[in-house]
Amino acid sequence: MKFSMKVGIAGYGAYVPIYRIEGSEVARIWGSGDEEPIKEKSVPGLDEDSLTMAFEAARGALEMAGVERSEVGAVLVGSESPPYAVKPSATVIAEALGLTPRVVAIDMEFACKAGTTAMILAAGLIAGGAIKHGLAIGTDNAQARPGDELEYTAGAGAAAYLLSGDSNRFLAVIEHAYSYVTDTPDFWRREGERYPRHAYRFTGAPAYFGHIVGAAKGLMEEAGLKPTDFDYAVFHQPNVKFPLRAAQMLGFKPEQVKPGLLSGEIGNTYAAASLIGLARVLDAAKPNQRILVVSFGSGAGSDAISLVTTDKVGSKRSSLERFLSRKVYVDYGLYAKMKGILRVA
Amino acid sequence: MKRVFVIGAGATKIGEHWDKSLRELAVEALLAAVRDAGIDKREVQALYVGNMMSGELQGQEHLGTLVATWAGMAGVAAFKVEAACASGGAALHQAYLAAASGLYDCVAVVGVEKMTDALPNDVTSALLTAEDQDYVVFAGATFVGLNALAYRMYLSRYGVKQEDVARFAVHCHKMAVNNPYAQFRREVTLEEVMSSPLIADPIRLLECAPVGDGAAALVLCNEDFLKRNPRDVLVEIAGGAVATDILSVHERKDPLAMAGFRKAAGEAMKRAGIETKDVDVLEVHDAFTVLGILTLEALGYAPPGKGWQLVADGELEPGGRIPTNTMGGLKARGHPVGGTGVYQVFDIVRQLRGEAGANQVEGAEIGLAQNLGGVAGTVAVHVMRRVR
Amino acid sequence: MVWAESIPRAWRERVKKYRLLGGKCPSCGSVVYPYRQVCPYCGSEVLQPVELPRRGRVISYTVVRHPPSDFVGKEPYVVAIVELEGGARVLAQLTDVKPEEVREGMEVEAVFRRYREQSPNGVIEYGIKFRPV
Repeated sequence: MKFSMKVGIAGYGAYVPIYRIEGSEVARIWGSGDEEPIKEKSVPGLDEDSLTMAFEAARGALEMAGVERSEVGAVLVGSESPPYAVKPSATVIAEALGLTPRVVAIDMEFACKAGTTAMILAAGLIAGGAIKHGLAIGTDNAQARPGDELEYTAGAGAAAYLLSGDSNRFLAVIEHAYSYVTDTPDFWRREGERYPRHAYRFTGAPAYFGHIVGAAKGLMEEAGLKPTDFDYAVFHQPNVKFPLRAAQMLGFKPEQVKPGLLSGEIGNTYAAASLIGLARVLDAAKPNQRILVVSFGSGAGSDAISLVTTDKVGSKRSSLERFLSRKVYVDYGLYAKMKGILRVA
Repeated sequence: MKRVFVIGAGATKIGEHWDKSLRELAVEALLAAVRDAGIDKREVQALYVGNMMSGELQGQEHLGTLVATWAGMAGVAAFKVEAACASGGAALHQAYLAAASGLYDCVAVVGVEKMTDALPNDVTSALLTAEDQDYVVFAGATFVGLNALAYRMYLSRYGVKQEDVARFAVHCHKMAVNNPYAQFRREVTLEEVMSSPLIADPIRLLECAPVGDGAAALVLCNEDFLKRNPRDVLVEIAGGAVATDILSVHERKDPLAMAGFRKAAGEAMKRAGIETKDVDVLEVHDAFTVLGILTLEALGYAPPGKGWQLVADGELEPGGRIPTNTMGGLKARGHPVGGTGVYQVFDIVRQLRGEAGANQVEGAEIGLAQNLGGVAGTVAVHVMRRVR
Repeated sequence: MVWAESIPRAWRERVKKYRLLGGKCPSCGSVVYPYRQVCPYCGSEVLQPVELPRRGRVISYTVVRHPPSDFVGKEPYVVAIVELEGGARVLAQLTDVKPEEVREGMEVEAVFRRYREQSPNGVIEYGIKFRPV
């Protein structure tokens, strides 16, 4: 996919809560004896949810971009853990940011792919001349059944991208995009159920790898690019092993992947995962570097987006490093209270 | 303005009255006051019921009429008066005004609260209706918490040790031992107070007035009534005033200034023709120990930051320089919220009549009662004088 | 309690809560939160709405250990008087901080957090808390 007009990132923000729980602490309670897939993951505080995290990331993006609020025409929120099943987070975030009432707003679900799809849709609105700037957000307080292997990695975080058609503001330009989707039930949650289910090893080759490779190859073929044309590759990161193996399958080197690989420190932040990885990369990137982002959302699908940084990148940095470095560890009991596993009322 | 006198006083003991309802407590106190006045209840022309939380705790409003009906006084002009924890003092003020105006010659006031009908967390929520619901209660502040904010500022500003302020509670308990109406009649030590659980740092449990039920009532009349019904009258309401401060303590330029209290006390004393040095017996609104200390300083009995010394030196006892809360105050006598303002005057009336027993202040002639609503957002001050 | 589920009341105040909307008095120069039409200090009736600075310092604080009904399960939590840059004072919770770490004079910044729910299946009320800078 190419957009009919140049669309770029004018600002971005990312947020991770202060609390962490170590994989070894989860293992202490549920321990299977296997090696924990990650060292530690982020945990939202009692007063946080996917909406509050999204707001913080979005505020960072708006501040960085410095655009007029009245010219932000869309707030698109991707999440599978919104605080309401019916009543969108997008309206609260838009109201709190001062973007209401004239704004296109919606919440969307496509598991861990919803954030990048929000970006593609925002870009479409901009390229179509319908809006000047748009906010695309990926946010999740990732849910996993207590004791399930996914509990080791289900983290919490948010990232937001202020996209724009105003090339003077570009920190990076969207060069190309490719979406690859099939009906693949690797991980799901039925209406009314508290926790999701997954299909174990089926989530690998037919799901994660199949779609990431499909989208990445599709993009590179259409755009006439090869792995060596990229300085960075950010993949959806449900753990540390999968993104590195996907890289290898596609011909990318670990050094291209590691800068945007955070799951070992914060866990799998679901719809925010690849977007937080991208924020880390943008914070470190130099002008004229090419970045590949490939998300994966269960159900299933991948969005591949190719970006090229401008000479303005590096003039601004997000607060991500600050959030990554401040950590307060909790034990499983407090973690259970914070995740709502232990209910008071 | 006509002179107004207290001719009857009555009260229930304060405590957890599981077997008495709100209306029963009010009627018990009211009829006791009417009996004490030696009048027929139908001579009361207006009834003021001071109460804060009947709506939240009992689902009951329209208290003026409810109490009048159950006291056999239906027909009387009756009102519920609410000003948070100053409801009793505010109701007394309205009764005083009614008699002073001459429109009514004989009036009654009963302050009543029944706090034990509700669950503890709900009582906390109901007390918070005294504060800004949308911006203070919304933030999770509790009433104890708001006072704690002021307490911490006081300790920091003057470098005072918390023990010295907490000693006020020890004094109150000592006084209540000899008050048969008091909720708590045992002494406490400073160690007990300082090791009691934290409620909202730094305030500890034994620095807080307790939750309880009770009612106190007064019958007032003006000089016209006395001309038609001569009697020995011992106590006059020499002056009274009500004032407000900015509601939220954090919005006041100086949260420790007690501006509302200074205004009300100044006006009440001016109307009574007295100065602070003339006060023989003082009732302060010690919902929390720090409020007692701040009040003593605001009245000029000690410089700012030194009020605690009066407690330590025993000046608040019946033989001291300024006998204060001689029946136990809110801390030990009790604080059934809407009743407190009337209980305070009930306690002063007993002192001025010479009925205070072991805690009698010899020759007590002038008494001053301070009733606070919220964190001193409303202040009602009344001055009583013994006359013959 | 009867007043706990009030959708219109929460809705009416949302902008003041979400955006820290205060008022500046042109007569006496005071800045108040929340915005209101009349200055509580001088009585002037022409206050200007203004989004307040999101940084400030702690003037005083307490630790609530016995909460009202709608905050049960959240205790202990810190409630503080925060004086914002420019002078407006806000009463708010502190978050992302242990009670024993709070100090008078601590520098804090505003964050958007979840305060309470009107009932277990009712509307969620969001607002501004403060965390250490």
